[in-house]
Amino acid sequence: MKFSLTKLAVSGAVGLCLAVAGTSISKAGSPKSGGVLNFVVGSKIPSYDGHKETTFGMIHPIRPFYSLLIRVNPSNPSSPTDFVCDLCEGDVPKPTENGTKYTFKIRSGVKFHDGTPMTSADIKATYDKIIFPPEGIPSSRKAFFKAVKSVTAPDANTVVFKLKFPTGSFIPALATPFNFVYSKKDLDTHGLKWHQKNINGTGAFSFVQHQKGAFVEGKKFADYHHKGQPYLDGFKAISAPKLAVRVAAIRGDRAAIEFRGFPPKHRDDLVKALGKKITVQESDWNCVLLATPNQEHKPFDDARIRQALTLSVDRWGGSKYLSRIAIVKTVGGVVFPKHPLAANMDELVKLKGYSKDLNASRAEAKKLLADAGVDKMPGGLNVDFNNRAVDQPYKVVGTWLIDQWKKVGINATQRVQPSPQFYATLRKKGDFDVSVDFNCQSVINPIADITKFLGSAGNNYGNYEDAELEAIYEKILRSGSESEQRSLIRKYETRALSEQAHIGVTLWWYKINPHRSYVKGWSIAPSHYLNQSLDNVWLDK
Amino acid sequence: MTKAVKTQLDSDFEELSAKKSWYAIFFELVRKQPLAAAGGFIVVVMILMAAFADLISVYDPEANALEYMLVPPDEMFFLGTDQFGRDVLTRIIYGARTALTVGFTAAIVGSTAGLVIGVASAYFGGVIDLVVQRIVDVVMAFPLIVLALAVVATLGPGTQNVIIAIMIPFIPQCARVVRSNALAIREIPYVDAARALGFSNTRIILRHMIPNVMAPYLIMLTSFLGQAILLEASLSYLGMGVQEPTPAWGLMLQGGAEECAESAPWVAIWPGLAITLAVFGFNLFGDGVRDTLDPKLRSR
Repeated sequence: MKFSLTKLAVSGAVGLCLAVAGTSISKAGSPKSGGVLNFVVGSKIPSYDGHKETTFGMIHPIRPFYSLLIRVNPSNPSSPTDFVCDLCEGDVPKPTENGTKYTFKIRSGVKFHDGTPMTSADIKATYDKIIFPPEGIPSSRKAFFKAVKSVTAPDANTVVFKLKFPTGSFIPALATPFNFVYSKKDLDTHGLKWHQKNINGTGAFSFVQHQKGAFVEGKKFADYHHKGQPYLDGFKAISAPKLAVRVAAIRGDRAAIEFRGFPPKHRDDLVKALGKKITVQESDWNCVLLATPNQEHKPFDDARIRQALTLSVDRWGGSKYLSRIAIVKTVGGVVFPKHPLAANMDELVKLKGYSKDLNASRAEAKKLLADAGVDKMPGGLNVDFNNRAVDQPYKVVGTWLIDQWKKVGINATQRVQPSPQFYATLRKKGDFDVSVDFNCQSVINPIADITKFLGSAGNNYGNYEDAELEAIYEKILRSGSESEQRSLIRKYETRALSEQAHIGVTLWWYKINPHRSYVKGWSIAPSHYLNQSLDNVWLDK
Repeated sequence: MTKAVKTQLDSDFEELSAKKSWYAIFFELVRKQPLAAAGGFIVVVMILMAAFADLISVYDPEANALEYMLVPPDEMFFLGTDQFGRDVLTRIIYGARTALTVGFTAAIVGSTAGLVIGVASAYFGGVIDLVVQRIVDVVMAFPLIVLALAVVATLGPGTQNVIIAIMIPFIPQCARVVRSNALAIREIPYVDAARALGFSNTRIILRHMIPNVMAPYLIMLTSFLGQAILLEASLSYLGMGVQEPTPAWGLMLQGGAEECAESAPWVAIWPGLAITLAVFGFNLFGDGVRDTLDPKLRSR
């Protein structure tokens, strides 16, 4: 109980900070029904499967078709503790049996878009796929549910999650917006990969069409389980990979909003051009860009090479200047920087690559490279650097990293690829030396969020095993006090970022959402994945 | 052995060189083809920029200098800096190297391959000609940029792949034009005489036919140069060509240039102007070459 209260207090403080950080929240009036929301999306859809994917390119256009068991309160998405039932009934349940059992009552009368009634069997089938996927079935958030022992559906309206040990990370993990609830019938009939190319959910909108590379269209689902919602007649998610096109779309009112975020310059341009017709919402962002060396490729299996990569990067200078042109800003470690579990300045500067003495860091990098024998390599250390064809912030940070590495004699050739090919390189081909990667999480849940750095995590592409890191994480997971968790997370951070330098953390993001002022009901969250069901959005036209 | 058909340019040159000094010849050609001379001047400036980029520019085209990001044109940075603090003028100068490397390689290789295929197709005729020309029809059915995009999407981005992507659409275009000229040459008696003397097909094609279709080949080659530079810039602008931090004009127009179009227009204006000038220069020069080499246009 002590643990839960501490957790609650910590999370509450973070929620307060984030709420204050939001500079403008859309003023709610009486919602009006009707209209179609046009919004722009800056990335393509690798597949429709939420359990597999990790990109906003999928979540923005596809999330409105699905529901979750529980979700972040759409009226208060900045809070990391405010969870409400979506497909469950009443309040989010409290754990029983010493925090190891959660019993959810499932709503009755919920239907999938194909007319099939939704029951607890669908919830169980969904979470079995996410938590215990069979060999060959990708599940990006499997590691979030390490504590889960079993999922059962004792009757049509009840689902029970049993945990191996009590953990505060379980409920936030359940609220992750990628946990789309699928129909058991679809999974049984068509297989566990069917949802990669097909859509059948219980969300506020039903699927109309997807013109690849152009748009995804949804229409209001009349039998939606939140009565009176959605307010919109439909939505159109317009694919616009180029940032300039997305900005022009909002400026010309061909789209009302972009849910991911614009750099400061575009915010200023839009406000200057449109005045009161634009509303700006801003927030810190639970998202960080990483540089992941592929440890199956020599010489990146050598920790000295990986340490040199991170030591060469001027994070403090990057923060100062890149924040003017890109959606990155904050220097941080493995935990969301505003969170009490995050490293403070004294702790950060002890990590390799975070020192304020850049010259010393780069001298150390050069020495490590020499010790690792780079001088003897023909042509020096040449890096095949995989990057994603998304302007903000991937290409900006990618170009910056190449310059940083060059300063210690590491030459990188950038391979910028559209999202599907980028993911194929990360997940299947593995033919890269270092890749841009990201840890963008939805609900602020540091204990779950830092699983990204585990070699065993489904969304880790470094191709390494680190038993010591896994052991530290197990201790974090089972730790009952905040101070102990904090101390263990520092050990974890030092191991992952300094001693082994498995992954290089670059800069944390900062979210700026300028949108047409007639878009109401949508509030910014510290994640571009959250609050995308669109059931509470309405148009004040 | 036959001799290549003497062109108007050859005649003009011989006539002039018989009487005048080299600079008089130069000015005479400039007077006769002022637009081509202007184009030639731009081309020469580009070539010099590309060749001596290291000497002309004092800045590193790839190194970031974030403290100088988006500085407007001044005495330190004549054309301003981009979002990474890199000197725009330096990147334009080095960008000429990328443009010319891609442009010349794609145009020369593409038109030369087209020359050989076109002449061979005309010389052999029959089924070979039929099959080759149908393949040419298929490839030419695709718009230039679409075909280049398809090729680069298959091969992936990067300078080498961009050259291949641009080169492929040029081959059938050149082959078709060259073939039509080669068909006429095939009927000239000296080709029959060469056959009667027992010369090999390769020798007849290389020694007797190709030299006589050099005029259309050169016209195509010069017209391809401008197109190749424009295509390279287009592919790079679309993110499918040369990648950062390599300086390339099309690449300079995307990303930060688009984002700063209002607040820092110099980031986009100068590379755009460089592309325009280069294509304009090559087109003018190409037109001049065509006017000189094409007997139908010569009398106009």
